Amino acid sequence: MTESEPVERIAMDFTDAGDGRERAIALLLLSMADDEFVIGFSDSEWTGIGPILEEDVAISSLAQDELGHAQALYRLFAEVVADGRDADAVAYDRPAEGYLHARLLDHGRGDWAATIARRYLYETADAARLAALAETSFEPLRDLVAKIRREERYHLMHVEAWLDRLAEAGGEPRRRLMVALEAMGPDAGTVLALLPGEPALLRHGILAEPFAAVESTWRARVDGTFGRLGLAPLPATRDPGTARTRHSHAFRALHHEFTMVRGSEAAATW
Amino acid sequence: MVSPISPLGLGLVPAPAVRATAVRAALRSVHDPEIPTVSIADLGLVHEVRVDADRIAVELLPTFVACPALEVIRSTVADALSNFGRPVDVEFTFAVPWTTDRLTAKGRAGLRAAGIAPPSTPIDVRCPFCESARVVMDSPFGPTLCRSLFYCRDCRQPFEAFKPV
Repeated sequence: MTESEPVERIAMDFTDAGDGRERAIALLLLSMADDEFVIGFSDSEWTGIGPILEEDVAISSLAQDELGHAQALYRLFAEVVADGRDADAVAYDRPAEGYLHARLLDHGRGDWAATIARRYLYETADAARLAALAETSFEPLRDLVAKIRREERYHLMHVEAWLDRLAEAGGEPRRRLMVALEAMGPDAGTVLALLPGEPALLRHGILAEPFAAVESTWRARVDGTFGRLGLAPLPATRDPGTARTRHSHAFRALHHEFTMVRGSEAAATW
Repeated sequence: MVSPISPLGLGLVPAPAVRATAVRAALRSVHDPEIPTVSIADLGLVHEVRVDADRIAVELLPTFVACPALEVIRSTVADALSNFGRPVDVEFTFAVPWTTDRLTAKGRAGLRAAGIAPPSTPIDVRCPFCESARVVMDSPFGPTLCRSLFYCRDCRQPFEAFKPV
């Protein structure tokens, strides 16, 4: 790509993108990488304080997986954009407003029920997105998605078991879960909100179907589960136009934390 | 080209021939940094070995995308192949997904020797210590990304099992 401005700053503007294939791929990769990075970093806050020992190990493993997926996606992004930045520079050297993760992930870690609610909504939406990319014409992404989906099966098993457990426990666990779902519900669909490059993604066979179709497949799945558990159905997405561009105070605090070490000594190697 | 000049100045001496099979054999001496009884070859990590006139290229498949042992494996492989007298490139690829089917019989025996049950469906997992089938999964998530936690009801030993992917 030849744009002199970093792609994330121009990412949401496709008026001058020509055919737009590379920019659309870059935007897709960056949005997915930022999703995985933010949820991975945020969930890693449970390491050492998980509710029970096995769960501490489990959530730490899940967080490690997500950060690994983010790293692989940032590497692909860096190759596509080829503006001299490596994966670390893309992950850490942007201002908070340059991140393109879904607003659902702006809800911080919260209590255990909030973490499970957020993981459930994110993981099911991510699974639907990965399914729509399984046959993508962009080969490096197809290889990576095949690998990631094998790992994400364990993520889904884990979070679906926890959702059932909290919802069926009644009392305080169920009450806390319902509070979390009510707060996050309007932002749940932001993971599958329309990206500006969608026409190019579809035209070039990068994405199998429009995000709107992916979203309705996902909603049907969530509705089925919530119906079985007697939970309120998910509301429509609030402000889908700013699904990935307007971030919360909670995210700015998280951004401050995850850039702190690199910011203090940018040239350090590990 | 990096063929060395002969000390007598009589011209180029061709670099000694290196066969890919010899490189693959050498990779059988590189062990997993966390499971010293299993080589990376028997673990099924080796995707491709290419010997060119001026370099050796090795492509490996990560077991998990986020495996933190990759950099250690990369440098161990480069060291193990340094005797072949030409630069070694070690790359990781997702060109085919690593799956537990890639483990060889020797690799599965090596896992058992380390006290880790080889991958199978959760119903078929056997205790690596007493071979009992009366085992129960405590958690699919263990001390590393590739292992789960089990408990043996016969010898009352907690153990780890390689996670099927």
